[in-house]
Amino acid sequence: MDHMDLAGLQQMCKIVREDIVTMVHKAGSGHPGGSLSAVELVVGLYMSGIMKVDPKNPDWEGRDRFILSKGHVGPVFYSTLARMGFFPVETLGTLRQLGSILQGHPHASILPGFDCSSGSLGQGLSIADGLAMAFKKTGRSNRVYCMLGDGELQEGQVWEAVMTAAHNKVDNLCAIVDRNMVQLDGTVEEIKDIGDVAAKWHDFGWNVIELDGHDLEQVMDAYRMAARYKGKPTVLVAHTIKGKGVSFMENDCSWHGLAPNDEQLAKALAEIRA
Amino acid sequence: MAYDMVPMRDGYGKALLKLAETNDKVMVLDADVAKSTRTNWIRDKYPEKFLDIGISEQDMVGTAAGFALAGMIPFATTYCVFLAGRAWDQIRTTVCYNKLNVKLAGAHAGISVGPDGATHQSLEDVALMRVLPNMRVVVPCDALETEKATLAVAAVEGPCFIRFGREAVPTITDENTPFTLGVANVLREGDDAVVFANGAMVYEALEAAKTLSAEGVEISVVNMHTVKPLDGDCVSKMVAKTGAVVTAEEHQVTGGLGGAVAEYMALHCPAPLEMVAVQDSFGESGKPAELMEKYGLTAGHIVAAVRKAISRKK
Repeated sequence: MDHMDLAGLQQMCKIVREDIVTMVHKAGSGHPGGSLSAVELVVGLYMSGIMKVDPKNPDWEGRDRFILSKGHVGPVFYSTLARMGFFPVETLGTLRQLGSILQGHPHASILPGFDCSSGSLGQGLSIADGLAMAFKKTGRSNRVYCMLGDGELQEGQVWEAVMTAAHNKVDNLCAIVDRNMVQLDGTVEEIKDIGDVAAKWHDFGWNVIELDGHDLEQVMDAYRMAARYKGKPTVLVAHTIKGKGVSFMENDCSWHGLAPNDEQLAKALAEIRA
Repeated sequence: MAYDMVPMRDGYGKALLKLAETNDKVMVLDADVAKSTRTNWIRDKYPEKFLDIGISEQDMVGTAAGFALAGMIPFATTYCVFLAGRAWDQIRTTVCYNKLNVKLAGAHAGISVGPDGATHQSLEDVALMRVLPNMRVVVPCDALETEKATLAVAAVEGPCFIRFGREAVPTITDENTPFTLGVANVLREGDDAVVFANGAMVYEALEAAKTLSAEGVEISVVNMHTVKPLDGDCVSKMVAKTGAVVTAEEHQVTGGLGGAVAEYMALHCPAPLEMVAVQDSFGESGKPAELMEKYGLTAGHIVAAVRKAISRKK
């Protein structure tokens, strides 16, 4: 597909949000909140052309890699990949059904354009570290991206991987923390406060970029700045709103993993399209 | 006959050096125990093929998965108990679900690690690894077989787990002994009973066979070095031949080789079965030989189990 201009990307974010609530509604279960908070971060990477991928050749050797550590937000990727042509858009209606390529948490071996299955939190950054180090060792210029949730930072393995990347100066790696402030049982602050996320990653030896994760221009600038930065891995601490774009889902932990009913879907679509 | 006494981990270290020379995709990871696992040999000679990830086993397995995703063949190495236990979810969800070409090497397996005590005596790892889809599980019997097994797992695609001990054990195989993943080695044939053993218990089984032979009891001894996939044809054949079975392993009595053989026999060829293994308990500090004796893992225990299995024949 051709790379989109800003207006096109903004329009696409609306379409992806529509897809997310529509497919989760049809599935009757799923995770709309964290999918909606990550829309600009995903669309701004994949559809801007910053992320090197080829929908016609999903296994292309020269592609960049994306490791989705917060695997429960599959829907935002399913929509993005379908809209880019990795598989038919109609497939989105099969989410979570028997035999679907769109598993409740993504299964890479049956999903074109997806590099690694995930769903058990805390594991993705280690995988991304290994990929990025392997690319450096073998002289490949590919970049590796890894998206984590902010609640996910409560997993200890994340910090093992944070140290590994800094110690080995894995500067072809860009982590993205979707800082939407909300996890399943409540706000991150209520459940187990992770404090100043940017300061923590900085102290662990990373280059840190803080941004508004719903501002596409900031998002694309941040990815480009990360690519230019040498000597350290970069993390984008993206301040976002869980459930962004659907007023009754925003900042409400009950929409972490809940499907809208018919009425709620109609309301959500109306708000997204407005 | 006197055997060379060599630790199995030496076989692992040697195999990695061979792989480094012949396979440019090999990458070895360790979690701060390189001197113990013998990955220091490859570290010192080929530092570019080695990564010490520090004391972070879960991160090591995930990082190895990343290397595999990039087309390399990573060997994630540490003490068996921390590899199979602590990193189990990483092995399950990242390595096995993605069917990645990650090799997991668990050193210091079994109770014979000795004075370090129960926390470091891995007695559950075969069970933990065996239940995972897509996983192969290999338990070599001596240093030479550990070397062959390491080369063999590098040559096949997909997740593999290999576990080996710390102590010097008799090298009972030689250069000509075959090693094929999933194909058991019949070391001795006799009609009265069969012992399926792996790891250091293969030597004990051969010693038990000598004792029994002096009494006129002739048993078969099979080195069941691959627990998964289990060589079911061999089990069927040996059960038909002998009608009495003993398993012997340096592992808990549940879920390991004994469990695998019991499952197979229950479905395909029921017969009296006795299991020589640790009987559902943790170990403790002590000298390796003292522990093997106290926890029922010697030739003498195999002899008793064989007699019992034979007595149960209809």
